[in-house]
Amino acid sequence: MPKLREVCHHIRSKVAGPFWVTVDLFFDGEEQYRKYRDCEALSASLFQKLYGADPQLVKRIPVDSLHVLKISFPRTSPQGGMVERDMHSGQQYVRLLDIELDSGLA
Amino acid sequence: MALQGSVKVLVPCGSLGAGVRESEIDYGLSRGANVIATDAGSTDSGAAYLALGKSKNNRGAVKRDLGILLRAHAKSGVPVIIGTAGQAGGDLNVNWTRDIVLELIAELGISPRIALLYSEQDKAALKRFNQEGRIRPLPPLGPLQDDVIDCCEHIVGLMGVEPFIAALEAGADVIIGGRATDTAVLASYAIWKGAPWGPAWHAGKIAECGAQCAVNPADGAGVLLSIDARGFEVEPLSPTNRCTPHSVSKHMLYENSDPHFLHEPGGILDVTAAVYSQLNERVVRVEGAQWQIRPYTMKLEGAAGGSYQTLMLVGIQDPDVLNDVNAFHDKLLAALYERTRQSIPAEELGEFHISLRMYGWNAVSGDVPVNVPPPREIGVLFVATATTQELANAIAHACNPYFFHYPMVMNKELPSYGFAFSPADVPRGRVFEFKLNHVIALDDPLTLVRTQWLPSA
Repeated sequence: MPKLREVCHHIRSKVAGPFWVTVDLFFDGEEQYRKYRDCEALSASLFQKLYGADPQLVKRIPVDSLHVLKISFPRTSPQGGMVERDMHSGQQYVRLLDIELDSGLA
Repeated sequence: MALQGSVKVLVPCGSLGAGVRESEIDYGLSRGANVIATDAGSTDSGAAYLALGKSKNNRGAVKRDLGILLRAHAKSGVPVIIGTAGQAGGDLNVNWTRDIVLELIAELGISPRIALLYSEQDKAALKRFNQEGRIRPLPPLGPLQDDVIDCCEHIVGLMGVEPFIAALEAGADVIIGGRATDTAVLASYAIWKGAPWGPAWHAGKIAECGAQCAVNPADGAGVLLSIDARGFEVEPLSPTNRCTPHSVSKHMLYENSDPHFLHEPGGILDVTAAVYSQLNERVVRVEGAQWQIRPYTMKLEGAAGGSYQTLMLVGIQDPDVLNDVNAFHDKLLAALYERTRQSIPAEELGEFHISLRMYGWNAVSGDVPVNVPPPREIGVLFVATATTQELANAIAHACNPYFFHYPMVMNKELPSYGFAFSPADVPRGRVFEFKLNHVIALDDPLTLVRTQWLPSA
């Protein structure tokens, strides 16, 4: 099974307002995008496991025209609090790089 | 009023103070720009700027950028629209920007009609709106409680296009807006001139970060929008940069939880049917965005000041530590808590918190690495949090000898870790947090906005 970093040419994370993080997965072309867009490995429970996000609130939005899968999830504590480690959430994507993908459906 | 031809909006940069380029402004004006519009802030850098009413950008940098824009206004007569003034758009942030503008117009010898749009909110009024059921939460927050309103230092409402349009209608040459959506600041002039709302809002979203929607975001600062009855075009102001359908459509993803639907005051921008096409080598044309009218709401942002922090930092290359960083972290942290409790009486200490951020190991993620080879060195950041700055300092002072000399292996000579400063503790000030993620329903978009004019009538 390939790792996420092997099927994407760009992966990034960023704040989307003080209460949300958004991750953009830019897949390597149409074929990889179609194959993994709906895969189980990138389900809400992964974001619960890695980031403590409430799985009910995780949004998974495919953007067909860009071959991008966007996943947005609420932060466990608002941006800038006492325990802040990544104000822009710009490093949060790194934990996704080695996620192994299946092509089964979420 | 139906739009004749097109409206050209010069967006000089992603955020005022980031570095406007005079050559780009000249180019935009030569292409027939009708207005210059930019935001001057966002929430991205944290809640401190709203809580303190301070700008993130240096005054000199903002004055320099504003000077270029005001000279362009003096030369061409086009209006200048600023939104989210002074980084956070609170009243203090607006006034800080106003004073720079007043200084500049005196230096330039010009006398534009200036509109100040204030969107900071009164706490008692907000509580009344809340009682009337006009305030509702956005996920992940719950219903708004009065004590949350009270704990905020400042609360702002995000303006839509209407206050800007009202100011333009009343003859403003320069608008200094408080907190507004980035999109509204850029869309307002075109909508005032009769442009369709879908393309105008969509253009505003695409240009909100200036040249970020171009192929090379580092080449130049701004873009020119040309909005007409069927869509809009976007062109980078730097002649060596270009926009492509990919670079432009990709911007809908940026710092945005949903790339298809953008919630704005009074409606939703729906770009699911948008079509991006290459018009010429540098310019992209976009058609198809829809504006769905919704009951009018303004989003609220509040910033609260919490406890105080003091920092210390060491660098560690000691192999005994690096061979088991996880264990060192846990032992040192326990020792620091014990030392603090022994040194400061409980009734004086109150609620406090110590954290150790192991840079080079797990400082960013906070997880516990397993089966990872020892790093070459780590930096350990000590963060004490307490109810006052004096207490946070006292905790750091108490912990100082332990933090700098705590041994991984007992019964050996005490190590000294590498610290770079004397005194070694850095009082950091308060922790600021965003508190509100709520919208307020309004019958009139201007209800919560106060407009002042300079010179006053």
